[in-house]
Amino acid sequence: MYKILKKEVLNPTVTKLVVEAPFVAKHAKAGQFIILRVNEDSERIPFTIEDANPETGAVSIIFQIVGGMTMLLNTKEEGDYIHDFVGPLGKPSEIDGNKKVAIIGGGVGCAIALPTAKAFHNAGADVTSITGFRNKDLVILEEEFKANSDAFYLMSDDGTAGEKGLVTNKLEELIQAGEKFDEVVAIGPLIMMKFVCLTTKKYDIPTVVSMNPIMVDGTGMCGCCRLSVGGQMKFACVDGPDFDGHQVDFDEAMSRNKTYADFEAHAREKACNLLKKEVE
Amino acid sequence: MANMEPKKTAMPTQDADVRKNNFDEVALGYTEEMAVFESTRCLNCKNPRCVAGCPVNIHIPDFIAKITEKDYEGAYQIISLTSSLPAVCGRVCPQESQCEKNCVRGIKDEPVGIGRLERFVADYHREHNNTQAEKPVSNGHKVAIVGAGPSGLTCAGDLAKKGYEVTIFEALHEAGGVLMYGIPEFRLPKAIVKNEIEQLKGLGVKIITNFVVGRSDTVGALMEEDGFEAVFIGSGAGLPRFMNLPGENLKGVFSANEFLTRINLMKAYQPDANTPIYYPKKCVVVGGGNVAMDAARCARRLGAEVHIVYRRSMEELPARKEEVEHAQEEGIVFDLLNNPVEVLGDENGWVNQVRCIKMELGEPDESGRRRPVPIEGSEFEIDADCMIMAIGTSPNPLIRSTTEGLEVNRKGCLVVDENLMTTKEGVYAGGDAVTGAATVISAMGAGKHAAASIDAYLSNK
Repeated sequence: MYKILKKEVLNPTVTKLVVEAPFVAKHAKAGQFIILRVNEDSERIPFTIEDANPETGAVSIIFQIVGGMTMLLNTKEEGDYIHDFVGPLGKPSEIDGNKKVAIIGGGVGCAIALPTAKAFHNAGADVTSITGFRNKDLVILEEEFKANSDAFYLMSDDGTAGEKGLVTNKLEELIQAGEKFDEVVAIGPLIMMKFVCLTTKKYDIPTVVSMNPIMVDGTGMCGCCRLSVGGQMKFACVDGPDFDGHQVDFDEAMSRNKTYADFEAHAREKACNLLKKEVE
Repeated sequence: MANMEPKKTAMPTQDADVRKNNFDEVALGYTEEMAVFESTRCLNCKNPRCVAGCPVNIHIPDFIAKITEKDYEGAYQIISLTSSLPAVCGRVCPQESQCEKNCVRGIKDEPVGIGRLERFVADYHREHNNTQAEKPVSNGHKVAIVGAGPSGLTCAGDLAKKGYEVTIFEALHEAGGVLMYGIPEFRLPKAIVKNEIEQLKGLGVKIITNFVVGRSDTVGALMEEDGFEAVFIGSGAGLPRFMNLPGENLKGVFSANEFLTRINLMKAYQPDANTPIYYPKKCVVVGGGNVAMDAARCARRLGAEVHIVYRRSMEELPARKEEVEHAQEEGIVFDLLNNPVEVLGDENGWVNQVRCIKMELGEPDESGRRRPVPIEGSEFEIDADCMIMAIGTSPNPLIRSTTEGLEVNRKGCLVVDENLMTTKEGVYAGGDAVTGAATVISAMGAGKHAAASIDAYLSNK
């Protein structure tokens, strides 16, 4: 059992949890993830490690409330326990301090992009961060990004926060204005990563994406998280989650992520009813 | 005078028409009367060849004699001298190619039902006298075991009995390895596996779950920082193989490992499960081993029409005969001498057909089995909304890639000497991590062998 040390509501649908997990904290690096089970009968679900402290054994994750399991997770408070919490899993991101990089974060993907931005920044890289949200209520981690970036841009779909537009609009604008990025790192919804890759492909800028397929064990034993990368089958949990974005078959990945859409919709509805009852 | 009944005493089973709709155990086990009757078929040979056929050398005629005397607890104690998981082995061992293959009674008639008797004894003990074994006095030596599958659990049990302080590190949230995630409830009830693991904990074995050796910490760190004097790697062969067919990443195509893990470990077949499972209507299972049978029979229980597609013929099916018979009784269709060449999908990315090619058998290959050869121009399509790949597994590369000094062969299996020591001093390995995918009992035999080697190594250090 893993104790929740701290819970922080970042916006109405995004929550940060700090969990006591010393084995995970000891070796966690940017780009890696954990798998947790909320209760004894819960599903295993993956979350990126947002921060880890080997001294205190604390590991933080940031999650968006999107379905039954994340709703259940969000009912846990400080002092409560999470049944299972395993990691760090996946390969760490490749960090090169000599580069000029653009880190693109979309929505809750910003929580995953932040540790990567931080790692590049701490290694001495020139970091430009572009984060995008639907509207001002959903903005998260603005200060944290600013503290770890040489340049920071905030975008929103409706213009209620930062500039109006998509992250790809800002990226293309910067490239056309003469910014020379050695590498772009895109982390967020598949559709956003796909369009970042289409943009950077035009300018031939190496682009890394952090993939988010469905996972079960997260240790390479089932292949549920398999992807086509450069025409080859890769398991995101052990070969990734970072891949060369120009090689990834995004359409296949988006299709595979809908495998359990019906089940998930049902589970979400069930959780809504159940958790509402508990509140009464 | 021995009971010269030519056939094994039949074991009651759930009716096929009923059991194909539930996950309850198929074989129901002997009653006391059946067990005693079967036990009297044993000739109590002076030179018992059955013992040599058992990978952990259970004193078979001795425990059977105790059943004849109705001293079932005495029988259990005899089995316990050499086996840590009798309720498991009595159920899942391929006895026909091990102990029972060597039985003298098998020359003329059917061999003694050794597996069924072992199962009876273990079940009787659990139901009547499930006392915890006494924790042995510590000898102060610490040993780490990587992986809580059959080899790791056996190695841990043997070392704990000798007084070693044993810690098992397990990546999943539950100990048991393939016994928990792979073999279905209807062949091996999970409560029985959990009970046998509790018995090990009673011997002082510590089990740390949610710990991925290679990621959470390395083998080197366990030895250098945490004071483990020896390590046993029993990490199995859990990496599923795919065929690299066009369309293999369509929705509805699963590895057997994924399908079985969702069902067995995550209990996705239960009505209130939180882990989803896909309910196929018509399912093609590719492969002919026990894993293919398990996957097929699970899919059947989810309501599907199931076809086993295997590239050789019935003769070469590697699955246990009993499992094949059970599968046939449950209505599973065997499409033999066929091999998939492509997976076809609909406009939403779901599999809807599997294109196969017909095969014929040529000359025997290096495995001694006749090599399947495709018949040109014989392609045809099977309609299916699900495809499960059960064509084998390989060792996971995580441990070898994070441990310096560990050599592997070209198949990725760990290289060991005659004492099961790897190329790194103090680090031993056994089970599927060394042999590639094999059987539960051979993994247990390796765990036993490694425990003896580790004991000799640490005693002389």
